[in-house]
Amino acid sequence: MKVLVLGLNHKTADVETRERLAFNGTKLEEGVLGLHKVEGIEEVALLSTCNRVEIYACVSHVRDAVENIKNFLASFHDITKEDFEKSLYTLTGTDAVRHVLRVASSLDSMVVGEPQILGQLKDVFDFALNKKTTGMLLNRLMKKAISTAKRVRTETKIAENAVSISFAAVELARKIFADLSGKSFMLLGAGEMAELAARHLFNNGVKEVTVVNRTYERGCELASEFNGRAVRFEDFLHELAQMDIIICSTCAPSYILVKEQMNNVMKERKHRPVFIIDISVPRNIDPEINKIANAYLYDVDDLKEVIDFNILERKREAEKAQHIIDEEVDKFIRWMSSLDSVPTIVALRRRAEEIKNEEVEKFRVRFSDLGEERLKAVECLASSIVNKLIHPPTSALKEDAEDRDELIAMVKKLYGINGNNHEE
Amino acid sequence: METVLFELALTCYFTVTIIGIIELFKGSKDLSLLMLVVTCAGFLTHSASIVYRYASAGYLPVTSMHEAASFFAWCIVLIFFFLAYRYKIGIMGSFILPIVFILMLLSSMLPRVIRPLEPVLRSYWLGIHTFFAFLAGAAFAVACGIGIMYLLQEHYLKSKNTHGLFKKLPSIQVLDEINYKLITLGFPLLTLAIISGAFWAESAWGSYWRWDPKEVWSLITWFIYALILHIRLTAGWRGKNAAFLSIIGFLIVLFTFFGVNLLLKSLHSFS
Repeated sequence: MKVLVLGLNHKTADVETRERLAFNGTKLEEGVLGLHKVEGIEEVALLSTCNRVEIYACVSHVRDAVENIKNFLASFHDITKEDFEKSLYTLTGTDAVRHVLRVASSLDSMVVGEPQILGQLKDVFDFALNKKTTGMLLNRLMKKAISTAKRVRTETKIAENAVSISFAAVELARKIFADLSGKSFMLLGAGEMAELAARHLFNNGVKEVTVVNRTYERGCELASEFNGRAVRFEDFLHELAQMDIIICSTCAPSYILVKEQMNNVMKERKHRPVFIIDISVPRNIDPEINKIANAYLYDVDDLKEVIDFNILERKREAEKAQHIIDEEVDKFIRWMSSLDSVPTIVALRRRAEEIKNEEVEKFRVRFSDLGEERLKAVECLASSIVNKLIHPPTSALKEDAEDRDELIAMVKKLYGINGNNHEE
Repeated sequence: METVLFELALTCYFTVTIIGIIELFKGSKDLSLLMLVVTCAGFLTHSASIVYRYASAGYLPVTSMHEAASFFAWCIVLIFFFLAYRYKIGIMGSFILPIVFILMLLSSMLPRVIRPLEPVLRSYWLGIHTFFAFLAGAAFAVACGIGIMYLLQEHYLKSKNTHGLFKKLPSIQVLDEINYKLITLGFPLLTLAIISGAFWAESAWGSYWRWDPKEVWSLITWFIYALILHIRLTAGWRGKNAAFLSIIGFLIVLFTFFGVNLLLKSLHSFS
């Protein structure tokens, strides 16, 4: 039995190919059940996200299974094999295990360290368990993947630093304000990026949202999304003193807020700190404002710099994560290969039991006049001799040694066990 | 026994200072916890050494420079524990505990003999007056450490630099709040220390106020912190200015506590 990973991701396939091979909605169930019926597949689970489609399987013959899966994919999605074949990667054994662990730990993600993938993988696992398409090996692998991902998360800082503009804005806001809840927030102009940042701040507890827009109606619309209120553009200066966080994405040709105005605002708000994010290009807020005490102004380039640094940090953490994954892969592989010796151990025990029973039976027939009590004692004696004799070889088989394959062969030969004893 | 305890405490504070420096460069939760545990050990042995000395001297051991520095350090750790419990900012120790270590080191280098109390000091005012004064000083010392943290974080934010300690330092608003709270704690204590000192002076020397250098410098200290509080409440001066002034304030506190005794002739120089 071998672990097999077959799939494609954002690195190997373009969006179009990924879309065509995706298993969306009800297709997922059909897909998993269909794959389970594919010849040569013993266990299977299926992950389909916008960045990757991956099939995790346990197979006995890799080459046949891969061919069968490809055929299945082609007929299921009604495309020709040539369309996706070159984007596929096929991994087996240690590489496959490592890949699953890397995916779960978000090392293989487009944005390294993003947290969604683990949740998606958990869903895949639950779904497969539900449909009973996985067995001992994949169940164990999935559990390992989840526990490894958790280890990576707690032992490295891979997910700690913000790598998007909106998250960076929240991260910075947290270093200015003790507590974001109860802070008031103004959205000046409504761009997509500004809205996203606003949403993140809102999700992080910022209440009291004020939306300012040149078209008042659009402002009202957006304000209702945040349970906020809209203010006419002409009036925004009067409201500024009440605002702790301001995100500006207006498209004015010149500064809409200059240093002198901000000086007055600061006086009015008794110099309580204020965080201004200007994501308009060209900038709409006078950069000089950053020089005013307790006013912190960041423009798009500043935020990008913060993000670039964070991405660098994540890469450094990813290296640490790689060590953790190597360790866990090692453990899993060791567990897998220990399975090889299980049938031999079972056979050895059975053989010893047979011999003992035979001999005890003979003894009972010959010395039947000894009385039940004494016969029982003799049986005990035989059992303990047998157990003592087979204990060393079984524990040697369980041990994780390099020469285990030789050992298995030798035990079979020495104790006269047939090789075809592959029962579970 | 008292010496052993004192040296143990000194060793603990030294260890904590080293951990604190490592924490700055390579912080982790375990390290912060270790720092807290070692500080606890230091505080317990330190407390025991003070109790021992109290028992053998028969009065609150704050009259010699050795005792004063040690007791001052003890008060700072007391306030540090309170803050660590209330705010749980791991890196705080790196900025406050070195002050404790330096004071203890200073204390360890000064003569430790216990001398009989001078007649003028034999008064219940000794405990009251000094306790207020030292606790006020300790609050200002911690405010200074917090002020340094504030200035650092403010610098990171203004220069848009998220490297270094940026991630480990808390928000400037929290730091500003702690700084303000410490000063509002220290200021009334200092006021009480000066008032109780005046009453004591009246009963010991016959007049409330004699413009002794210690008294003058205490008054200067009092004015500095009064100024910090005043401009905060009226003009809303906070943040950077408050942090900066709290550092200056602590330097003056240090001079009032130790400088006056060493450099100026004061009625307060008893050792």
